[in-house]
Amino acid sequence: MNALHALPEWAAILVALCLLAGALITLAGTIGLTRFPTFYQRIHAPTLGTSFGAAFILVASMIYFSVSEARPVLHELLILIFVTITTPITLMLLARAALYRDRAEGHDVAADAVEAERGETTGH
Amino acid sequence: MTSTILSLAISTSQLVLGIAMCLSCWRLIKGPRAQDRVLALDSLYLNAMLMLVTFGISTSQTIYFEAALVIGLLSFVATAALAKFLMRGEVIE
Amino acid sequence: MTRLFPYPLLWLSLLAMWLLLARSIDPGQLLLGAIVASLGCGAASALGLPRVRIRRFDLVLKLVALVLWDICRSNLAVLLLVLGRREPQSVFVTIPLELRDPNALAILACIITATPGSAWVSHSSTNNTVLVHVLDTGDGIAWAETIKRTYEALLLEIFR
Repeated sequence: MNALHALPEWAAILVALCLLAGALITLAGTIGLTRFPTFYQRIHAPTLGTSFGAAFILVASMIYFSVSEARPVLHELLILIFVTITTPITLMLLARAALYRDRAEGHDVAADAVEAERGETTGH
Repeated sequence: MTSTILSLAISTSQLVLGIAMCLSCWRLIKGPRAQDRVLALDSLYLNAMLMLVTFGISTSQTIYFEAALVIGLLSFVATAALAKFLMRGEVIE
Repeated sequence: MTRLFPYPLLWLSLLAMWLLLARSIDPGQLLLGAIVASLGCGAASALGLPRVRIRRFDLVLKLVALVLWDICRSNLAVLLLVLGRREPQSVFVTIPLELRDPNALAILACIITATPGSAWVSHSSTNNTVLVHVLDTGDGIAWAETIKRTYEALLLEIFR
């Protein structure tokens, strides 16, 4: 196992803070995943991890490698962009699948959906 | 001094991410429905990916980045395929 | 120009992706990246993807800033909700949309789902409405009005 590179003080503290913030936000997301009572509420919880949790940890990695190698290391941006593009797609597919399964079993959870424009009738 | 701060922060965040993985596993086992399990699996993939990034920092090796990218790709494909399976009962029509 | 490069944005982002993966900007890597990007664009035109036509590039920056700000705000809100004792009051909201462009709809879906606290559930193309699940709101109608006023208006302006 390679040793940690010696970083200047400001960089080390910045990397440490970003890492801790990212890990704690991701943990909060999974706590939400275990705590919220219904599936449609639980689907919001992992987005905490995919938006800010991942962003903080990847920024920490970017700062660490950029400072220790003395050149900009930006390839973590790829993961960040990839995660922000793909999570909405997977969550959307999952939510639709859950809605479909609920409807197939006869209880339509979205039947009492609030209509945005009052008085307008939009059938499903 | 600075490297102790850094290594402490890295091990703490690995511990926190480990707890997050355990919580996801709990949801994966408990369910109650298939879509909950798929969601938990997705969250588990995400935590594993972030864990690999922290491993990359602690060993100063960029090889972990590729592993994290592959896990991210797999998570997308796996969750999309599972969601499709929940919807239709088969993956390829 | 449009026949050689049917998807200029896709081409540029594929090239950027290749250079980031290769971690260098050598001429050789630039050439390889250009080949990869051209192959990707060829695949896209073989699939017949709808072309992106952005009219107002200045508004794109405004949209990005708005999205980042909203992600910050909603992250904090969901964080407090997860750690607090209060039960979230979730509602399903049906929003009628004026947006028709498939790319713009995809971007709106990504924005709504990427901000914690709201998730795009399904879109009905027959009457152009979208079903959104909001994690915690006192007034679903006011929430939908905000989405329509900010994001939809901006996207309509950009993709007009």
